[in-house]
Amino acid sequence: MKQFDVVVVGGGHAGCEAAHAAARTGANTALITMKTSDIGILSCNPAIGGLGKGHLVREIDAMDGVMGRVADASGIQFRLLNRRKGPAVQGPRAQSDRKVYQSEMLSLTRSQANLTTIEGEVVDFVMAENAVSGVMLADDTVVHGRAVVLTSGTFLRGRIHIGDVSYSGGRMGDKESSLLAQRIDAFNLPLGRLKTGTPPRLDGKTIDWDRLERQDGDETPTLFSFLSNGAPLRQVACGITHTNAQTHDIIRKNLDRSAMYGGHIDGTGPRYCPSIEDKIVRFADKDSHQIFLEPEGLDDDTVYPNGVSTSLPEDVQIDYIRSIVGLEDVKILQPGYAIEYDYVDPCVLDADLSLRSVPGLFLAGQINGTTGYEEAAAQGLVAGLNAARTASGKAPIYFKRDQSYIGVMIDDLTTRGVTEPYRMFTSRAEFRLSLRADNADQRLTPLGLEVGCVGAEREKAFDDKMERLETGRSLMTSHSYTPKEVAAVGIKINQDGTKRTPFQLLAFPDVSLEDVVGLHEDLGALPKDVGEQLAREALYANYIERQRKDVERLRKDESYAIPADFTYDEVSGLSAELTAKLERVRPSDLAQAGRIDGMTPAALALLLGRIRYLEKKTA
Amino acid sequence: MQDEQGELLDQALVLAFAGPNSFTGEDVVELHMHGSIAVVSAVLRCLGAGSARMADPGEFTRRALDNDKMDLAQVEGLGDLIASETEGQRRQALRVFDGALGKKIEGWRANLIRAASLIEVTIDFADEDVPVDVSPEVQSLLGLVLDEVQVELSGFAAAERIRTGFEVAIVGPPNAGKSTLLNALAKREAAITSERAGTTRDVIEVRMDLNGYAVTLLDTAGLRDGVDEIEVIGIQRAVQRAESADLRVFLIEPGEDVPVQMGVNDIQVAPKGDTRNDGVFSVSGRTGEGIAELTDRITDALSSMTSSAGLATHARHRDAMAASLDALRMAQNCVGNGPDQYDIVAEEIRSAIRSLEALVGHIGVENLLDEIFSSFCLGK
Repeated sequence: MKQFDVVVVGGGHAGCEAAHAAARTGANTALITMKTSDIGILSCNPAIGGLGKGHLVREIDAMDGVMGRVADASGIQFRLLNRRKGPAVQGPRAQSDRKVYQSEMLSLTRSQANLTTIEGEVVDFVMAENAVSGVMLADDTVVHGRAVVLTSGTFLRGRIHIGDVSYSGGRMGDKESSLLAQRIDAFNLPLGRLKTGTPPRLDGKTIDWDRLERQDGDETPTLFSFLSNGAPLRQVACGITHTNAQTHDIIRKNLDRSAMYGGHIDGTGPRYCPSIEDKIVRFADKDSHQIFLEPEGLDDDTVYPNGVSTSLPEDVQIDYIRSIVGLEDVKILQPGYAIEYDYVDPCVLDADLSLRSVPGLFLAGQINGTTGYEEAAAQGLVAGLNAARTASGKAPIYFKRDQSYIGVMIDDLTTRGVTEPYRMFTSRAEFRLSLRADNADQRLTPLGLEVGCVGAEREKAFDDKMERLETGRSLMTSHSYTPKEVAAVGIKINQDGTKRTPFQLLAFPDVSLEDVVGLHEDLGALPKDVGEQLAREALYANYIERQRKDVERLRKDESYAIPADFTYDEVSGLSAELTAKLERVRPSDLAQAGRIDGMTPAALALLLGRIRYLEKKTA
Repeated sequence: MQDEQGELLDQALVLAFAGPNSFTGEDVVELHMHGSIAVVSAVLRCLGAGSARMADPGEFTRRALDNDKMDLAQVEGLGDLIASETEGQRRQALRVFDGALGKKIEGWRANLIRAASLIEVTIDFADEDVPVDVSPEVQSLLGLVLDEVQVELSGFAAAERIRTGFEVAIVGPPNAGKSTLLNALAKREAAITSERAGTTRDVIEVRMDLNGYAVTLLDTAGLRDGVDEIEVIGIQRAVQRAESADLRVFLIEPGEDVPVQMGVNDIQVAPKGDTRNDGVFSVSGRTGEGIAELTDRITDALSSMTSSAGLATHARHRDAMAASLDALRMAQNCVGNGPDQYDIVAEEIRSAIRSLEALVGHIGVENLLDEIFSSFCLGK
């Protein structure tokens, strides 16, 4: 028998981040995985980040998490998406060398203090009354933990489909977790079924690269981690090709043999990551779709054709892939497949990702209905930190919508639930202009320091940066210049007699950092990174001020806490439909209640009345 | 209608309205009884034996709102309908109660969500096969909504006047017969009249229904150099009120000069219509001569002022529309500046939608994503 503070089940992106986060706060943590060699595996495409997702990685990094550092160390192509749009919507993205990503994650995991890796299959939970107090492995080993984080990914009743062939499994080549699934059934949680898919993997040696368009990375890589200072690996290009009329013909003719269109799959797939079958059916008028050919590593010839995931039979996969320019003689290393799996309706979770009905058990990652490495890792961070806090008897920490994308995601999941695999988008964040990838550290590192998950190295780097920013900020805001002085350095400005600070000038969209440095030699002497950071802040200053008022309104609603034992049946005038929705979500405060789909202002007024009545009664 | 013991309480008409098609959306039963105090209290006693209670003020409407049978603007429309006194008010309130404002906002909202989704698609799916330049469609959607909001907003003043009533001031020199005219229009002795010049000193207000328009008629002190301090104050007040009124009727001789500015819609009419025959449009409060024509001229003027009346009838509507207009103008400017300001455009459109929706409901990001996914092929 082994005793830990926190036990994390699963070594994927949610599991790794959860285990590291718990261990960083000092909790004695066990990471249990079926195969140690699978720790940090990139099961789908070999890339980290993107729009919204890049924000999540930066936020994980700001809390001293591991994903950003590992992605930087294994990156073989970096691109800042939306480079030509405003900084609020720019997202860092990188292709990773799959093997290096895994080996880096494994070595960080081995060297992390307080973290023990255990190889084994978890088949059951150990219960103390109605609370989870550990897990049992297939070899009957019992691992005790004061809190358990379950990150089972696609392994709960996972079913792989290729054409009309299907078998159970959690990932190509890995078995599912069926015993655990039965145990979870006993918790009576609301379960649903989702699906996702992958494309066939190609042998890069058999691709005619010379005939294909190239996509290179950025000249200067934009890294994920605030601690990284360079990309260590050689950088490579991706290829671009397109499907054509012949490809579409082949697929259309064989639609009835696709697992999805042949009626073998019930789970809902993500609309934003459709299979090639889906694209051809739903967008019949498009005669071509783009495919990115992404190398999986520097010493690996495997290529991931991004854009053609499929559940067609193998022979059809070969036919349609070979109809594509540059892929005429390509060899398929592993066929594409669709996978169906169970997820738990995340509305049954609290915002700390613990299950309301099963004390001591936390869920993170795909089991909560999300898709994507970054979404999984971010949930892992939240669940790991809170599991450690539960183990040591501390109050949970919550991430807020106005503070982080992590907060947006957790609130979306626990308040609205999911109808398709949930992916992060920047448009989900109503406070997008202030929740930027560039200021993730300013937003979250102080919180990380407060909860004790940030190491000394990052603390020092953060403090230094804040100090330099503060110096720069006071330079930019302490002196105002007349329109005449401003015009003298070549900035076009209204001669309206209003004196403005360099910071205020930078809020004009057409005024750049290069324009204002001429105003004073000290501004010219500002370090480049400090100047650029302040320019990004200044650009949105007016909007952030406006959003601050929205945040105040939000805080006010949040101050009306709804007691955990609140009975919605007793609120007279509340419709049956809304009562059911409120029962499902059990919002923690009035603000969260207001975000439930279909909630009306009048119903909120009823809730508020009842909350006040109860407060008076107990006061 | 019997009590629990089977004793007859009254003969009643019982109407059952099954939800969700009832007013509140819930099951509703109406008991129509003979309304004596004894019958009502006997029935209430029987009902009260269970968990029944009296409805709170406005509770049925609140439940209708809660059950999504009405939006906020419709509730206001219903309030206005119940309070309406004139035909014009009834018609206007009924349009709002009927959901016309909600429908209009729904249309604007759909266009703005479409515009926002075009912008968002270029932001969140920058890496994929999406329409390259969305700005022409975004500009035309924004322009469309902007123009319509502008029209509604410019009709606000008139619509508010229909709801609250117009002020029509009668001005003219002393002893022209202004008070007599007011009494004739009001069909009662609202103001004291006498042969003495300067009888009216304070402003007298009479609310009336003039051919379907709610009008507050103002009788003002005769305009001359006042003979005493009290009359001087009265005259100052008369000038002020006359100038701030929606319409003025000048009871003056042709060519006569008074210290109040005449507006485009204002009406000039000569006094003492019973004793003159010079062909000038005149009126006599005493005999009723010209009263019918004057009434028509007043309501014609009001009608031309209200031809632009919109659906925005409350200050709350005006403020929300004005805020959305500001945001839309800013968004239009930023779209013109190209993709590097699309994040600002999105923020402004979001703010415009929120302002409009404050009138009737909320926006969810899912609406936006639904629009995105229904129109574009996305996903690598």
